[in-house]
Amino acid sequence: MRHLETDPASTWASSLRGPWTLLKKELLRFWRVAFQTVAAPVITALLYLLIFSHVLESHVQVYDGVPYTAFLIPGLIMMSVLQNAFANSSSSLIQSKVMGNIVFILLTPLTHMQFFMAFLIAAIIRGLVVGLCIYLVAMWFVDLSVANPWLIIAFALLGSALLGTFGIIAGIWADRFDQMAAFQNFIIMPLTFLSGVFYSIHSLPPFWQKVSQLNPFFYMIDGFRYGFFGKGDVSPMFSLLIVGGAFLVLALITLKMLKSGYKLRS
Amino acid sequence: MSQPAIKISGVHKYFGTLHALKGIDLTIEPGEFFALLGPNGAGKSTLINILAGLIAPDSGNVSVMGFDAGSQYQQARQLLGVVPQELVFDPFFNVREMLRFQAGYFGRGRENDAWVDEILEGLGLADKANTNMRRLSGGMKRRALIAQALAHKPPVIVLDEPTAGVDVELRQMLWEFIKKLNRDGHTIILTTHYLEEAETLCSRVGMMKQGQIVALDSTANLLNKFSGKHLRLTLGDVVLPANIGELVRHVENGIYTFALDDMAQIEFVLSALRTANIKVLDMQLNEADLEDVFLSLVGNSGQSAARGTF
Repeated sequence: MRHLETDPASTWASSLRGPWTLLKKELLRFWRVAFQTVAAPVITALLYLLIFSHVLESHVQVYDGVPYTAFLIPGLIMMSVLQNAFANSSSSLIQSKVMGNIVFILLTPLTHMQFFMAFLIAAIIRGLVVGLCIYLVAMWFVDLSVANPWLIIAFALLGSALLGTFGIIAGIWADRFDQMAAFQNFIIMPLTFLSGVFYSIHSLPPFWQKVSQLNPFFYMIDGFRYGFFGKGDVSPMFSLLIVGGAFLVLALITLKMLKSGYKLRS
Repeated sequence: MSQPAIKISGVHKYFGTLHALKGIDLTIEPGEFFALLGPNGAGKSTLINILAGLIAPDSGNVSVMGFDAGSQYQQARQLLGVVPQELVFDPFFNVREMLRFQAGYFGRGRENDAWVDEILEGLGLADKANTNMRRLSGGMKRRALIAQALAHKPPVIVLDEPTAGVDVELRQMLWEFIKKLNRDGHTIILTTHYLEEAETLCSRVGMMKQGQIVALDSTANLLNKFSGKHLRLTLGDVVLPANIGELVRHVENGIYTFALDDMAQIEFVLSALRTANIKVLDMQLNEADLEDVFLSLVGNSGQSAARGTF
């Protein structure tokens, strides 16, 4: 076994260049099709906003002094952040696996941690870009207050990281596009729609309130919304703990999968 | 003392109950142009994939220029460029972007651009550098695939059937470029179905059969071991006389290949056929080539071989 390391590529700067290149590639991948990956989810969220606010604005008031449209916007932003963070890492991996070009990454000296970080950061950035675009457009409709910007940033970052990580797991696990669609339609969609995007869980019967509290998406939406209004269904610190803990667990599972080469290297 | 470019020791691999590699030992020295031959299912690609880190061996060790491919995979992969067998590409990017990305994964930046240009020029891709990968023809995609493996300028290059389905002109061009890399000091390991390529290009040959290396020698030595003439007779569907049966090396579609030690045996064979009233429809006399060596060693596995390929 050889121990001498004189290769310039082993220096600190060039060892960062590998994961940076993968991150750059992942960012360019979604930016090249921004109409589909950024514009489309922004338009979808705005359609939700127009329809729900038009129908429910005069009928529903969740928090005192907060119009329904204002209540709805943070939920829609967070829902889009989560869905797009998941979509970025999962679709990139499943496409690379089905097309076979994942081999170009597997042949490189990138470590499992570098692989994870590149896909994770790209997913976070796409989620945040979509969320920011919806926020900027929604400003035309409602003057949204900000009670605690740090909570907004923390939940946006942790939420997109959690779903980006979940997307990596789904992308590694799925072998076909229909398996990935099942992941999206039977797990991600129900969990986001039943997380309190459109309502407060206090408006639900007690049984469904308990069920909602088992949904990690609920804590992400509620905590994010707390950052805007200073009000929520549960304590934001408790939500932060749940979301942070869930991210940690999923990140450890993902790193273990990547290190073992599960479904990537036989 | 210089390290071997590749050292494979006692490598076994199982896929379920299939024992795909049965204790492979192989050393390839720096600067060699080495061919790994064998019929489909012999284990060539499994061995290459283990070398590339895409498959983990069940036992045994693999090292690249002294670096263990398992425990020192980062250093080992830095030194290795692998051209995969499947024609895969990333449809989001153009050729130059893909090459820059590939070099970047290995820690190389803009200082590597001159080498990228050299590869593009050498492989006839210069005018396609800014073309999206999905717009390239099959041949161009194959060139881009080879270029990607070379992007980080690896000293050891593995080509897994790089000319499968490639036209003659492109094949010649690819080999000229690969030969130049070999002259410049790169170690080349090649698996191919084109035996003539291996015979012309490679200084040493390993032949695999059912997960084992059945022959490993210089190309010249292998040809010498199996020297002699080969008489190919088109006879049709006949039953050969017993006295010439032992000279038959290969039978395919009514064409019988006889291995002869000297010219006098030609008359012996023809006389036996005349006596048995068997008509000779066509006749060829050839020197032994790598295909004959291969057929002798892998036996029935190679009997479906077409001339020049298997």
